[in-house]
Amino acid sequence: MITQTADWFDERLGVAKWTRKSLNKIFPDHWSFMLGEIALYSFVILLFTGVFLTFFFVPSSKDVVYNGAYAPLRGHLVSEAFASTLNLSFSVRAGLVMRQMHHWAANVFIAAIVVHVCRVFFTGAFRKPREINWLIGTALLVLAIVNGFLGYSLPDDLISGTGIRIAFSIVLSVPVVGSYLAFFLFGGNFPGDAIIPRFYSLHILIIPGLIIGLLAAHLGIMWHQKHTQFKGKGKSEGNVVGTAMWPAYAFQAGGFFFITAAVLAALGGLVQINPIWLYGQYVPYKVSYAVQPDWYMGWLDGALRLMPSWEIQAFGHMVPTVFFPAVLLPGITFTVLGLWPFIEKRITKDDLEHHLLDNPRDVPWRTALGVGILTFYVVLFFASSTDVLANSYSLSLNFVLWSFRILVFVVPPVAAFVAYKLSSEASEVPTTGKRKRAVVIMRSAEGEFYSQEIAARALAHEESIEELPEETHYHHIKEGLLKQDALVAASGGYMGQESSVVVPKEPVTKSSQSSSHSSFGLGIFGRKGVRGGKTKRGSERKSRRDDL
Amino acid sequence: MSVSDKDPVDSSGSEVTVGSSKRNYELVVAGSFMISVLATTGLGASYWLGGQPQIEGTLLFITLAGIGIGMVAWGKYLVPQGPYVQERETLKSEIIEREAFLESLERGQRQLGRRPFLGRMLGFSIGLFGIVNIFPFLRSLGPQPKKALFTTPWKAGALVVGVDGSPITLNSLEVGGVQTVFPSYDVGGAISQTVLIRVGNSSWTTKPGRETWGPNGYLAYSKICTHAGCPVGLYQELTQQLLCPCHQSLFDVLVGATPVFGPAPRPLPQLPIYFDSKGNLRAQSGYDQPVGPGFWERG
Repeated sequence: MITQTADWFDERLGVAKWTRKSLNKIFPDHWSFMLGEIALYSFVILLFTGVFLTFFFVPSSKDVVYNGAYAPLRGHLVSEAFASTLNLSFSVRAGLVMRQMHHWAANVFIAAIVVHVCRVFFTGAFRKPREINWLIGTALLVLAIVNGFLGYSLPDDLISGTGIRIAFSIVLSVPVVGSYLAFFLFGGNFPGDAIIPRFYSLHILIIPGLIIGLLAAHLGIMWHQKHTQFKGKGKSEGNVVGTAMWPAYAFQAGGFFFITAAVLAALGGLVQINPIWLYGQYVPYKVSYAVQPDWYMGWLDGALRLMPSWEIQAFGHMVPTVFFPAVLLPGITFTVLGLWPFIEKRITKDDLEHHLLDNPRDVPWRTALGVGILTFYVVLFFASSTDVLANSYSLSLNFVLWSFRILVFVVPPVAAFVAYKLSSEASEVPTTGKRKRAVVIMRSAEGEFYSQEIAARALAHEESIEELPEETHYHHIKEGLLKQDALVAASGGYMGQESSVVVPKEPVTKSSQSSSHSSFGLGIFGRKGVRGGKTKRGSERKSRRDDL
Repeated sequence: MSVSDKDPVDSSGSEVTVGSSKRNYELVVAGSFMISVLATTGLGASYWLGGQPQIEGTLLFITLAGIGIGMVAWGKYLVPQGPYVQERETLKSEIIEREAFLESLERGQRQLGRRPFLGRMLGFSIGLFGIVNIFPFLRSLGPQPKKALFTTPWKAGALVVGVDGSPITLNSLEVGGVQTVFPSYDVGGAISQTVLIRVGNSSWTTKPGRETWGPNGYLAYSKICTHAGCPVGLYQELTQQLLCPCHQSLFDVLVGATPVFGPAPRPLPQLPIYFDSKGNLRAQSGYDQPVGPGFWERG
């Protein structure tokens, strides 16, 4: 049956050729590679729950008298957007779960993207040839944040309405074109009836469309370029070591989708989020205490709070104070983030392809920089709760604000310095990362006790391990060899006996490859050398070094 | 020839042997799916009976987690894991392919011929089409700002009323009292919202030219924060300060609502008011400056 179906399609589409390749595709294993998956799966959940919500949400700011299931608000004048959000929460089957799942999924989506970006940054996975995917990823992060804000604004409740008011002021602050931009985006002066319908079409159509397009490109490029992998036995710049797509990886990834969905469902059903019936309808002259946006806007809110009241007035024009923290800061943030692979290339002058990931401790300067910058945003994030902190700890607002104004400049360099010290020390210890051995207490025949380090655990592939050369990655760097060569040597092309090794039939075609690259490819063939004996392997390594 | 064209094969080359541990995992997988089926049945019953968020969330969790854990366990423990090796093909095309590509490109260019004028005309016509047709969309998005950001609905003689539309009289507020007010023809207006505070007779210092703006200790300020436009909603009676709850700007009511703390750059504009012959509060005029956050044209 399956054969017949496959034949039918193959005769028409020739699927066998490329599908076979995909089925055998290798996915390297590491827990941190699942962060991007969480983002992807959260997005899928966002699409499912979002489609559900569109059937019941009415994007209109027309006033209606609420007469629904939530008794305390009956008889109040509310907008159709607010009323329909209440109705889908209280009167639609599974409506509240879907709405809360949608909101949680958005928070998890952006959180997963941020952590995924950190993983890619700290391991250097953005280096050549993956700069395009880093740029696409940056665009996805921006779109995700924007769409999160738009969706959060749709219910027209008091807190999100205040957020839209702030957003209007931020757009207004753009030099030269600000007021035109604000009036065109929001359909006139704030407030207005155009905002909710306009945000709606952006939120459910335009931005998701862009996200889907970019996501497809992101995944397609990743698929084409193959995954990066961490250094390790048998892993080289020229190969991918891991689980095969079919069936092991497909089942694990598919299962992980369901587990992500399960966690989001539990959050959606059990952990209340954005109870707009407690906030009430947005009214321009009303405001609530402790106004805070969703977490991913926290750093912007914190920056708005910490910024001193500087406003530039010159030549009959004004650059408002919110421009600096709310337009300039994110502008610089995402520009530098997006261009980082190119900036780093300028610094390192490294134009080689990299498929093996850096251990963050091996590149202390990048790790320190990343930690410092990340800390800056974390401090800004916490600064978005100055009022809550002041209240909770009975401190004066003045004290809390000034503490944060100082902390935001002091903590990041300190964090960066600590990260630099820790990672450079860790990277200089040759034994770092080696398996620890247990120390057991023994008793001799005479009754004397003594402690002894047990022998290395007997692994199935122990013989082969002993055949591996003694040199480590560290030693090679000390000898002044090129790093990549050292990595290839250290990885040694080793494969355990239990694993199946697919040996290429013939050597990589030399003509097309740069000298450095062909040496990576040879990492695999080194494996033959291991089995064949030390001498052969040694000579092969030597010749490779000469290549470089 | 790429390695990926070879199937990853089991090391033993034979079928996966079903040992006792495999049997246990089979039970785990089957059990997970079974639990999922039971939870889904419960979920169906819960929907049928009208639904309840906590029950739905819990059952959805069990349903989805059952499927997920079952699949992961199956993919992890019942099928060979490798590790498998796949050779990484070079991304760069072969030199011969690149040359062929360039040749095709150049052939096309030769066939198009050296006709730069035609090329420019094509670019111009497409570009013009785009610009002209974006215009109606762009222009319809919203009105031009013109003077909208400089003015408010407040006019000279406007009757000052509360949210409920009732006029403000001499004794509407006690000393220390605060109320949001509007002109009678724009109750609830986002731009005209004004905060009215009664600070008592002699305790406030006025700015030059504003001597008559606060009759009987009533002071009226725009309620829109000069920082990011939130309503300056919190009045601290003890310190006579207005606090914006969004970014904690603090305005001293007694000295013309000057910002004393936080990111707000300018004082809240003050509305000149007076009590008419009937004792109703009215505006002497509109605001003497734009209200709310700054913008480019403000200067």
